[in-house]
Amino acid sequence: MSSVFFIQDGTSSGQRALTITIFLAFVAVTLYVTIWASRHTRSATDFYAGGRTFGAAQNGLAISGDYMSAASFLGIAGLIALFGYDGFLYSIGFLVAWLVALLLIAELLRNSGKYTMADVLAFRMRQRPVRTAAGVSTIVVSIFYLIAQMVGAGALVALLLGVTGDAATNLTIVGVGALMIFYVVVGGMKGTTWVQIIKAGLLMTGTILITVIVLGHYGFNLSELLGDAAEQSGQGAAFLEPGLRYATEAQGLTGKIDLISLGLALVLGTAGLPHILIRFYTVPTARDARKSVIWAIWIIGAFYLMTLALGFGAAALVGTEEIAAQNPAGNTAAPQLAQAAGELVGGETGGTILLAFIAAVAFATILAVVAGLTLASSSSFAHDIYANVIKKGDVTEGSEVRVARIAAFLIGAVAIGLGIYAQRLNVAFLVALAFAVAASANLPAILYSLFWKRFNTSGAVYAIYGGLISAVFLVIFSPVVSGSPEALFTDVDFSWFPLSNPGIISIPVGFLAGWLGTVLSRESDADKWAEMEVRSLTGAGSEKAVID
Amino acid sequence: MSTWEERGGSPAAMTYVETQASPEFEGLRSKYRRWVFPVTVAFLAWYLLYVVMSAWARDFMGQEVMGNINVGLIFGVLQFVSTFAIAWAYSRHMSRHVDPVADRIRAELEGGGR
Repeated sequence: MSSVFFIQDGTSSGQRALTITIFLAFVAVTLYVTIWASRHTRSATDFYAGGRTFGAAQNGLAISGDYMSAASFLGIAGLIALFGYDGFLYSIGFLVAWLVALLLIAELLRNSGKYTMADVLAFRMRQRPVRTAAGVSTIVVSIFYLIAQMVGAGALVALLLGVTGDAATNLTIVGVGALMIFYVVVGGMKGTTWVQIIKAGLLMTGTILITVIVLGHYGFNLSELLGDAAEQSGQGAAFLEPGLRYATEAQGLTGKIDLISLGLALVLGTAGLPHILIRFYTVPTARDARKSVIWAIWIIGAFYLMTLALGFGAAALVGTEEIAAQNPAGNTAAPQLAQAAGELVGGETGGTILLAFIAAVAFATILAVVAGLTLASSSSFAHDIYANVIKKGDVTEGSEVRVARIAAFLIGAVAIGLGIYAQRLNVAFLVALAFAVAASANLPAILYSLFWKRFNTSGAVYAIYGGLISAVFLVIFSPVVSGSPEALFTDVDFSWFPLSNPGIISIPVGFLAGWLGTVLSRESDADKWAEMEVRSLTGAGSEKAVID
Repeated sequence: MSTWEERGGSPAAMTYVETQASPEFEGLRSKYRRWVFPVTVAFLAWYLLYVVMSAWARDFMGQEVMGNINVGLIFGVLQFVSTFAIAWAYSRHMSRHVDPVADRIRAELEGGGR
């Protein structure tokens, strides 16, 4: 398969034009939908929660579109293509995590909250300290995630369009930022949701297409595909076994503990991601929230199962060496495979078309995720910090939404700036850090407030700051920030914490801090707890859909 | 004992307190918690077992079962299967045993409670 040089070879200009055309078509459709959505966005509920009128299947698709970032699409396919089994291991935590959201959080949150994660945390607490903490945590998690996505978008343009140089990268980051700001400011939750639904549809279409071609090529014999992948990888049987990427023999015990730590953050972090949590408010009832999570579990599960075909298919049909030569992190495995698979069915033209389609889907993927993150952080700023902390609840709906729109602008501008600043830095760790903070700060606070009668203001504040500070503090002194060749800063070394993933320490710290804060304070409101528990389990008094 | 009004409670909140103490609500809570708590512990343990074995039991995970398909891959795919199965079972449990009770309590609360 040495013909696969999709950046250097003669078809690249045609492919580039086609990628740009398909992507612009996506942009045109999403802009139209956003403008349409803006005409149906009148109240705060419309802006924050899409009027709560989305159906379960629609929200299931939107959740999948919000969740499956370029890191999981390009990243996991690449990890499998380069390291085989270990890439697959990574994807499993991302799926199992949804059971935490389904069983413990989605419905109770929908029943007791309104627009943001903090609505639930502050339900029976003193508003200002809890909303401040929850707002800070929401914005920190979202910004970490946003920067990783923006830098990824800048890198993608070079990989997928063959355009190099700072100007092209900066232009891409500014373009992605401008579009995401437009979706959120103009379309609010309705516009953002539709962008995510369309993206999820495109991503699944592309993935199914490649999977069928790859499996068909091997006569739908998975064992044969795996055998060929192992052989082409140059690793043999080891390619299908654990240990090439995580917890390698050379890393010894530290590597093994690091792997457990990563696994914990992945499985417990999802249910604490603010941009995921606010999606549960977009449906009419808690039962629709349940159904939408079940939809999302099927879609995301099917997607990650197909990444097996994508990753091993790329190793088999493109070759691990070829992929690593294009991008050392393997991020081009999926597009390279798209070209190879297209060539199998439609010759050179087929390869060009499928590659262009997948490259455009990759950009669409980034756009949908960054829009969700911007919406979550600007909602939290306007609803939690501005309306309830600064204005102490004395604010009109109109001015609150106006502040949310301004916040989306500012957060978008900050994300563009940091994305450009960080483009030469290795910020891949920021996604794992976002999951670690979500698991260490947000999850303990949410679970305690939903299930523990005694929990109080002090407990919520301790849990959030304890988890947030311990996760960020440990990462600062870990090998991902300094003291290793792949670190954020390579010219200094102030690391002393041996693990790249803080979860194994910071998650228990978050839970312990929440317990400690609670027992140190005598505050307790049995009446509000009764209201919250009854509402959360029965749906009495829950926020209604807005029919317009 | 101070009266309800002296403690600053509203009649609506009073209803919530009464509802929370009712045997019907306690039954609802236990039907929900007795299902989700053990299942959560089980699937987290099952997932951690998979990660721990990927780190420490590599020879076992690498044993080939059918052609090139080894124990580790099957174990991984079983994580998908168990996730789908638990999602389905949860939905069934809730709609059979929890939703009807929740609907009854909600109707009482929203109908005459205030």
